[in-house]
Amino acid sequence: MEKLLNWVDERFPLTASYKAHLSEYFAPKNFNFWYFFGSLALLVLVIQIVSGIFLTMHYKPDAALAFASVEYIMRDVDYGWLVRYIHSTGASMFFVVVYLHMFRAMIYGSYRQPRELIWIFGVIIYLVLMAEAFMGYLLPWGQMSYWGAQVIINLFAAVPFIGEDLSIWIRGDYVVGDATLNRFFALHVIALPLVLLGLVAAHLVALHEVGSNNPDGVEIKKLKDEQGKPLDGIPFHPYYTVKDILGVVVFLMVFAAIVFFAPEMGGYFLEYNNFIPADPLKTPEHIAPVWYFTPYYAILRAVPPILGSQFPGVALMGVAVLIFFLLPWLDKSPVKSIRYRGPKFKIALTLFVIAFIGLGILGILPATELYTWISRVLSVVYFAFFLLMPWYTRNDSVKPVPERVTK
Amino acid sequence: MSETSVDASKRRFLVTMTSAVGGVAALGATVPFVLSMNPSARAKAAGAPVEVDLSKVEPGMLLAVEWRGQPVWVVQRTPEMLELLAKHDNKLMDAASDNSGQQPEYCKNPTRSIKPEYLIVVGICTHLGCSPTFRKEIGAADLGADWAGGWFCPCHGSRFDLAGRVFNGSPAPTNLVIPPHKYLSESKVLIGEDQGAA
Repeated sequence: MEKLLNWVDERFPLTASYKAHLSEYFAPKNFNFWYFFGSLALLVLVIQIVSGIFLTMHYKPDAALAFASVEYIMRDVDYGWLVRYIHSTGASMFFVVVYLHMFRAMIYGSYRQPRELIWIFGVIIYLVLMAEAFMGYLLPWGQMSYWGAQVIINLFAAVPFIGEDLSIWIRGDYVVGDATLNRFFALHVIALPLVLLGLVAAHLVALHEVGSNNPDGVEIKKLKDEQGKPLDGIPFHPYYTVKDILGVVVFLMVFAAIVFFAPEMGGYFLEYNNFIPADPLKTPEHIAPVWYFTPYYAILRAVPPILGSQFPGVALMGVAVLIFFLLPWLDKSPVKSIRYRGPKFKIALTLFVIAFIGLGILGILPATELYTWISRVLSVVYFAFFLLMPWYTRNDSVKPVPERVTK
Repeated sequence: MSETSVDASKRRFLVTMTSAVGGVAALGATVPFVLSMNPSARAKAAGAPVEVDLSKVEPGMLLAVEWRGQPVWVVQRTPEMLELLAKHDNKLMDAASDNSGQQPEYCKNPTRSIKPEYLIVVGICTHLGCSPTFRKEIGAADLGADWAGGWFCPCHGSRFDLAGRVFNGSPAPTNLVIPPHKYLSESKVLIGEDQGAA
């Protein structure tokens, strides 16, 4: 066995990679609850890829057949219902996990120098994930699939000058139709998953280059013992693999509970209108995107047309997502972790969370005058969190950061 | 020719030129892929005009037909509806239909139609492409006592009157589109083609 390993190691860095990324990759010893979500995101990615492969064996990307083929999977394919519910639940759980993972980075300053690139790769992953989810949602070819895609693709038509041609190019037809469904299928099952895998690899390579941040926001690489190991570091394997297995077990219990007892999640994971086949002549009474897009949808609806163009609302929605890229440079605080930050940042972050969740709720509700006004206020709060950040982080009363991590 | 000295600037020049030419070639190679995503010849040919028999449309009724994959509404407006149509010009964004892209020249009139009683309009909201709901009941409880009948878009709350004109304060920036159409006889209309070029 050892001879075989030696034979491989002379030709491929197997043992070296194992050491570099697992048994001798030193992670801070003070990881807490929030550090489960990175490995869980990886788990969901695997779940989605595997369940997705099995769905493509029965699904038909054809406007005339798609809806029926999904029902066929649900009724006639052995365990097809299970595979499909795993995939649909996985989509929502992906966003649950990713939002919590992003929030962790925000509270502990994980996006700060020297981890800006990890953050940037992460935000790109988030963008690709949104595209992946959106395109996947068209495939069942229900009413919500159809009209959701119609609305989102028309967002591109609002771009001045080239918008109309751009939206036709995306659809491949003058309306959402068979051509659109077929290309979304190709992008959803091949193109975007490949991009996603590449980005995840880059995210992890960058992470293992600089090392993980931690709840205290101190750099463990500054203090090392005689052998050059960080004093506050422990090997990822076995310490964190064991910890993550606990997270995985709890997560899978929740996941299974949803898959078996509430796969539609009261209409939030699978919208009721999507059980009606797509009808190009009739928009459902009330259209709302799936829950993970609703904060941005609320921002879109909050902006009235300016100079006869809806572009400002569309642009603001785009900026709301893209502004995450700037976070490492907007934050001027001398400390990273919320543990040592002052009240200004804590208040700002609390308001941001309220705005994000509030917009998420408003994006599900119909657009009444009162709700539109609340959306406007919350949109201002959302952007103020980012735009005022250089000011309130610089002037905050921070606490001294310890040399080493605390328990 | 010396064997030790390297002409660094010549190397840099060659690397730059090779990269540039290679880059142009790579860019050129993407063109067919990008263009393959445009509507196919079949999709372009599918826009044939549709004929509608107006005798099927009763006063106050809406008939939806499909043209180029889009819903087109044919509504017969009652004299009462037509009377109310002239009374809210001040609440409309474009009461006189000045935006020439939204209707053919022959429909730039207060009723936005060839014959006042028949409105023929594309049933796609000019905001983000939902199909608005027909709300003909006057003074509908949820739309306000002064509601004179029209369309309400469930997606983002745009409102249109019975000539497809958008009300102020709606997210939709323009009036609904009037498709080209012509009357073949008293009761037959052809949508998608007018007197001029087809």
